[in-house]
Amino acid sequence: MLNMFEVTETNNMIEHEKLDVRTITLGISLLDCCDSDLDRVNKKIYDKITSVAKDLVSTGQEIEREFGIPIVNKRISVTPIALVGGAACKSPEDFVTIAKTLDKAAKEVGVNFIGGYSALVSKGMTTADENLIRSIPKALAATERVCSSINVGSTKTGLNMDAVELMGHMVRETAKETKDQDSLGCAKLVVFCNAPDDNPFMAGAFHGVTEADAVINVGVSGPGVVKVALEKARGQNFEVLCETIKKTAFKITRVGQLVAQEASKRLGVPFGIIDLSLAPTPAVGDSVAEILEEIGLERVGAPGTTAALAMLNDQVKKGGVMASSYVGGLSGAFIPVSEDQGMIDAVTMGALTIEKLEAMTCVCSVGLDMIAIPGDTPASTISGIIADEAAIGMINQKTTAVRVIPVIGKTVGDTVEFGGLLGYAPVMPVNKFSCEKFVTRGGRIPAPIHSFKN
Amino acid sequence: MKKAIITVVGKDTVGIIAKVCTYLADNQINILDISQTIVQGYFNMMMIVDITRAEKDFGTMADELEEAGLKIGVSIKCQKEEIFTSMHRI
Repeated sequence: MLNMFEVTETNNMIEHEKLDVRTITLGISLLDCCDSDLDRVNKKIYDKITSVAKDLVSTGQEIEREFGIPIVNKRISVTPIALVGGAACKSPEDFVTIAKTLDKAAKEVGVNFIGGYSALVSKGMTTADENLIRSIPKALAATERVCSSINVGSTKTGLNMDAVELMGHMVRETAKETKDQDSLGCAKLVVFCNAPDDNPFMAGAFHGVTEADAVINVGVSGPGVVKVALEKARGQNFEVLCETIKKTAFKITRVGQLVAQEASKRLGVPFGIIDLSLAPTPAVGDSVAEILEEIGLERVGAPGTTAALAMLNDQVKKGGVMASSYVGGLSGAFIPVSEDQGMIDAVTMGALTIEKLEAMTCVCSVGLDMIAIPGDTPASTISGIIADEAAIGMINQKTTAVRVIPVIGKTVGDTVEFGGLLGYAPVMPVNKFSCEKFVTRGGRIPAPIHSFKN
Repeated sequence: MKKAIITVVGKDTVGIIAKVCTYLADNQINILDISQTIVQGYFNMMMIVDITRAEKDFGTMADELEEAGLKIGVSIKCQKEEIFTSMHRI
């Protein structure tokens, strides 16, 4: 029988240490919405999303109430729109109409984000892929809840440098189109290498073509719980430290597994995966940076940061895999700057730079995330940042991504306010030397030697 | 058997358990286990209850218990058992 200590521990995690389920994401395949007529595609997409997801939000709320665990976000991911709209959309403007349909459907069912305005172009771009990519700035400016992601490389295919080059421009264009909102559009745009098909987290979620008709993926959270557990292990050696992280990760993940199973049962949709990522929020006490500081760093960014993060990430996975039957998605500690108070403080104090963040992304998911950079950063430099990050993913057979925000009209020393879960960020300096000639060479970077496993 | 866990936390006062038990009796909820402590004047109670025969839906019961708690200045939570067993039992 349960005892009081256990019950109190769980409730303390929820009430005082910000344990929550970060997201229930319903993946919906839109492949059956393909049509050569644009109006029909839009109608089919709207109808399918609003029927499959009609009970998503209410079911989430029901689970929250019955188990007493907050489920912060209910979201939807769909099949990459470049595939769905390919037959009907002859121009970037055509694709924008689909973005608006997605936005309308998201509002109708009450989800706060819908992901999948995406194209998978790791080896080459079809005309539809390119049209979708070119439509991103207008699409993100014209919508509120739509998230876009582009996969520009993989370990198997190498890097599509044409797409990398194009995305540098699109990030800048998106920033310009949304300059009235501090270039907020870029917070909804991710450039991936090795993008997973079942990621529940935004802005990078899409419903991969390898997936079933509909699927429930759940992202757990709980940096605050890990931080508090580690406070009790102060001064202890690495063995104790690792054990503490593992046990805590196990407990957090079990809650995610329970919520995922319940949601799957009540919605009649199969359960896909649990994403084991530690996802911070701007709230104090819900920060990955604070965990690293608890482990023994004065500030994130200090020497030792990469090692501490590598250990943290690995222990979270080791604890988490036993707690869930299926683990997938990104599964690693997130290090978004604007969404983590400890990261923001480290940047403001000069402890953390983009270069150190890049090193950190070698050992954790997901990449250079929610980083505000000066508004006058050239497109080629953004492409260079994307190429660097994608190369790390390609060579290390892991997912990496770039979500940088060149804030138009702002520069180093300014602060940008995105609001809500997206937080705020100090604008970080970017290396001023050019990589223009490198990123404009055209073509592909071949797949690395260790990808040839057959 | 469907079980739920009721926790009560707050400043100690007369009749907390009576209040909760009356509600449970009125709603066909059977108490299986109670443990209670008082730490530094703060009342801490956990109950394991059987809700198989309860007529109201779970959310309504949780809301009504919470409301009843607010009236006597304590926080009452009612949660399905699985959140705890999944976390603490393999």
